[in-house]
Amino acid sequence: MPETLSSTSVGLVTPQVARFDTPLALACGRELPAFELVYETYGTLNETASNAVLICHALSGHHHAAGYHHVDDRKPGWWDAHIGPGKSIDTRRFFVIAVNNLGGCHGSTGPASENPATGRIWGPDFPLMTVTDWVNSQAMLADRLGIQRFAAVVGGSLGGMQVLQWAMSLPERVANATVVAATPRLSAQNIAFNEVARQAIRSDPEFFDGWYTEHQTLPRQGLRLARMVGHITYLSEHSMGARFGRDLRTDSLNYGYDVEFEVESYLRYQGDTFSTRFDANTYLLMTKALDYFDPAGEHEDDLPRALSTATCRFLVVSFTTDWRFAPARSRELVDALLRAGKHVSYANIDSPHGHDAFLLPNERYEAVLGGFMTRVANDVERTTEGNL
Amino acid sequence: MRADLALIYDWVPHGARVLDLGCGDGTLLAALSAQKQVTGYGLEIDSDGISRCLEKGVDVIEQDLDQGLTNIPDDTFDLVIMTQALQVLRRPDLMLDEMLRVANECIIAFPNFAWWRHRLSLGIKGRMPVSRSLPHAWYDTPNIHLSTFRDFSDLCRQQGHTITDRAVGNGSTEGQWRHRRWPNLFGQDAIFRVKR
Repeated sequence: MPETLSSTSVGLVTPQVARFDTPLALACGRELPAFELVYETYGTLNETASNAVLICHALSGHHHAAGYHHVDDRKPGWWDAHIGPGKSIDTRRFFVIAVNNLGGCHGSTGPASENPATGRIWGPDFPLMTVTDWVNSQAMLADRLGIQRFAAVVGGSLGGMQVLQWAMSLPERVANATVVAATPRLSAQNIAFNEVARQAIRSDPEFFDGWYTEHQTLPRQGLRLARMVGHITYLSEHSMGARFGRDLRTDSLNYGYDVEFEVESYLRYQGDTFSTRFDANTYLLMTKALDYFDPAGEHEDDLPRALSTATCRFLVVSFTTDWRFAPARSRELVDALLRAGKHVSYANIDSPHGHDAFLLPNERYEAVLGGFMTRVANDVERTTEGNL
Repeated sequence: MRADLALIYDWVPHGARVLDLGCGDGTLLAALSAQKQVTGYGLEIDSDGISRCLEKGVDVIEQDLDQGLTNIPDDTFDLVIMTQALQVLRRPDLMLDEMLRVANECIIAFPNFAWWRHRLSLGIKGRMPVSRSLPHAWYDTPNIHLSTFRDFSDLCRQQGHTITDRAVGNGSTEGQWRHRRWPNLFGQDAIFRVKR
């Protein structure tokens, strides 16, 4: 945390925990008898509870979206570029909620939690989660916080899929939906990359079919490889080239297999840090949730029909160099929304940063997201004044 | 509102489903939605225009008109509007057909190259005209398909479309829009209402 805090930071934040003792029925047919969700909030809920914004996180995200936990934190939350006083998602006007999804490894009930039926940790027995399951659990948290209807549900990548699911399955609870760098379904290539990542983890001898904790070890090597291959898909060819080119770590070629190129060193570093802070079973589960998401598939491949229940206003955003969830995937979604006669706006933001662009500051991105959210806040405040 | 937009505003029926091609900052759609219960979308590529639309609550989709309207099914809208964009397109003729595929009716506004001052500039001075409606120099103009009031009438007829109304005027001045005599000579801007 910087010594003098910027006026656009939410500052120090403390995560909270909500415990639920009502069972949650899951898409896989099983149920979670009880669970906990860890979440953070920024800003103040207004009297009519009409200014709440839900932030949905991506594959390796969590509830810490903005601000700092400790004064000595080096980095703020993962979406600090866009959440704060005066930022695109303005915490002076909105009450923002960011929650760690079920199956996660940052405090919400997941594979590393204790299974009440056995007294052991869940490990690989933790049920596979779907985007719909997450939305249902997030809705229970909204009930707990007294929020009947969100002014907006916002998310990027896998988070964007949750936003879509909210709009489709709980339309009366969403006024606006912002879907960033997402896709209505994964392509074969997307699933293929996920499968490489899963195989990297599952073939690590330290994985022990997911029972690594009981063997007092971690499948570090597998998780490291999974992150390395994943990370390649988050960057663009251009951004990798601009950052590393063919630069060498050493003075000359070594004719060996140690790190020689800068890009190798970078990927290894990314893999190493990730493998110590992320849970392998959670990673597996998150990639499966991505693969399974396919609302059109549940409606004979008719995406407009799948979206027909939605009543909110949509903002869809993509980034020009994103090849993981390319602009064409966002266009599919926009065209389907248009065919379904829904309120939709779309912007394709020029950025060299590939899929990662959705996390980064970008002037035009902020103008688009900020413009849309300003209108949402104006609508909220106009309605609130009308009620007083 | 600009006088040309005000005239178009009057022509749009109450409750229509409208597509506005090159909707700019969304002024027209915002007014139509607020006062005439019109629904629909604007298509735009200018980033500032898109942001202004979002702030106004106008549904705007970033789309290059030169890519056509292939993503929009037949008869999705009642009316397509295009102001000051026809002359920058690669193929205005194809766009006219596209507009009348996705809707039964369209309203098109464009600068009339045969306006007497334009003729004066080219015919007497021997220079490409620069005016309020054609503000660019020849070397940096986005206007690659300039036409006249008469040219556009011919195009509509050749493509089998029906002109149901048209007006000319000086777009910047309130109250100057009318059905003049000698429109091809005295109209700086033209607005056509065309049906299939």
